[in-house]
Amino acid sequence: MGDVLVFAEHQGGHFPKTTLVAVNAGLEVARKRSGNCLAVIMGEGAENAAAEIAKFGVSKVIVLEDPRLEHHLADAAAQALASLIKSTGAETMLATATAMGKDLMPRLAARLNAPMASEIIAINDDGTFVRPMYAGNALATIELDGPVRVVTVRGTAFDAVKPTETAAPIEKVKAELDPASLKMEFVSFNEIKSDRPQLTEARIVVSGGRGLKSGENFKTVLEPLVDEMGAAMGASRAAVDAGFVPNDLQVGQTGKVVAPELYVAVGISGAIQHLAGMKDSKTIVAINKDEEAPIFSVADYGLVADLFKAVPEMVEAMKKIKH
Amino acid sequence: MKILVPVKRVPDPATTIRVLADGSGIATDNVKWVINPFDEIAIEEALRIKEKQGAGEVILISIGQQTWQEQLRTGLAMGADRAILIRSETPLDTLAIARAIAKVATDEKPGIVMIGKQAIDDDSNQVGQMIAEMLGWPQATFASKVEIAGEKCTVVREADGGLETIAFPLPAVITTDLRLNEPRYASLPGIMKARKKPLAEIAVDSLGVDLAPKLKIKALNAPAKRQAGRKVASVDELVEVLHTEAKVI
Ligand SMILES: Cc1cc2nc3c(=O)[nH]c(=O)nc-3n(C[C@H](O)[C@H](O)[C@H](O)COP(=O)(O)OP(=O)(O)OC[C@H]3O[C@@H](n4cnc5c(N)ncnc54)[C@H](O)[C@@H]3O)c2cc1C
Repeated sequence: MGDVLVFAEHQGGHFPKTTLVAVNAGLEVARKRSGNCLAVIMGEGAENAAAEIAKFGVSKVIVLEDPRLEHHLADAAAQALASLIKSTGAETMLATATAMGKDLMPRLAARLNAPMASEIIAINDDGTFVRPMYAGNALATIELDGPVRVVTVRGTAFDAVKPTETAAPIEKVKAELDPASLKMEFVSFNEIKSDRPQLTEARIVVSGGRGLKSGENFKTVLEPLVDEMGAAMGASRAAVDAGFVPNDLQVGQTGKVVAPELYVAVGISGAIQHLAGMKDSKTIVAINKDEEAPIFSVADYGLVADLFKAVPEMVEAMKKIKH
Repeated sequence: MKILVPVKRVPDPATTIRVLADGSGIATDNVKWVINPFDEIAIEEALRIKEKQGAGEVILISIGQQTWQEQLRTGLAMGADRAILIRSETPLDTLAIARAIAKVATDEKPGIVMIGKQAIDDDSNQVGQMIAEMLGWPQATFASKVEIAGEKCTVVREADGGLETIAFPLPAVITTDLRLNEPRYASLPGIMKARKKPLAEIAVDSLGVDLAPKLKIKALNAPAKRQAGRKVASVDELVEVLHTEAKVI
């Protein structure tokens, strides 16, 4: 039996959509390997979160208990998860490719001497996985050999799991840690607070690029459109590098991957690295003054215009259709 | 302090990648090869630490074919002191690469393994974390700021929803993100000097580590191409079609 252990990432007891996506992918792997899908959870607020995730179709929730797991530091987390994989006999460890998943899973794989597939987008019946390479310009079919394997899933490639009527049992397990080998220490977390929807969860994403020219213009020109549309805000690497907006808004090959129903790219040229993070969006709109900009090659609707004129006009036009 | 910087040879990020019709790989004619951009950031950071401390050694390491010497020479021209090319004629999986680098780190005893957070060809984002575990060292992934005080290191990391700061004793593995620094270009004198810097070659088999592949790429396919849509003439038309045709607003 090929049991699956899903790493249920949470933020102080709350589950982001990316975790519900991992559970859904975990259930699919378990079905195809005739196994059960279990969830494992750790950190501050884990107990409440466990009761929550128990309602999403998993067969058991395991809470790994130890104060040293509070901040999900990689050395401790990898140790605790590796012992749990061994004691449960699970075949597949699965997490979403969030910043945390990317940090923890490879270390765990090394500890288990298990191969790992990063950011899979599909699960085949024969046990292989599909994952993008080369900024999404190639799709590889991957086979992982050995009794244990580790995968991270791309948050946009699977739907979020739906809640069920029943709740799975919750088991508390004392984490096995070797204190002498734990050397990482949490200092602080500088949270970027925002009232807007999360980039990876939003139905609409409006992203700005270097064309906005300043952080001030993001505020005065782009943000009114973002808010009028009830959207999340994203950005190109150039806009982040220039310090216009915080780093965690970067969409692309080396930032966040999004696939909302509507993606609006404003003053973004459409480099392959940016396209890699948004080209699976359902509808893509591009506003750019250069009609040759590569972004138009993936846009369903392109508007060749000066953004400083078009964006305020769009805010007004949005108001009209709403009222 | 010694700093070990693993370097990968990858297609220039501006290259248009084309999958071969038989799915055996990508077309490599017309590909310009460069140092993985994240590894360039790692080299830069290592050089800055050495310059700040006024002492130390920056050692580059690659696992690949003879052609990879080009990228190592470029790194030496940026200012690294010496390079090691572990010759492997076939590509290895991430576990094997990490094992080989961990073995060299065990022999060289660097204070830091500074490595790019991901290679822009296979986009795996695994090797740094694997090396850290194999050596039993702390890891600081996605670093946007590195500060060293004696044997202690503090790193600001690009996490989801904000910036996390962690601290740990050295030796450690640090993986570099885009905002850490802006890599320097190799200067002409740097390029001249690089020709004479030591570049050792070792056969990968001589390391005595397990290289058996556990991750196999069975096939490579081109993704479905997204069709370009159409241009609209005005903002009003745009909002109208989004409302009535695409029905997304
Ligand atoms: C290793 C590596 C990783 C990378 N990862 C990412 C990533 O994850 N995400 C990412 O986005 N990029 C990434 N990049 C960078 C990428 O290659 C591009 O440099 C970047 O996406 C460009 O951002 P941009 O489109 O905002 O800027 P530019 O390419 O400079 O484009 C600006 C656009 O704005 C338009 N414009 C200017 N003024 C106006 C105006 N008044 N009205 C309308 N339009 C206007 C211009 O016509 C132009 O098309 C990466 C690069 C490398 C090497």
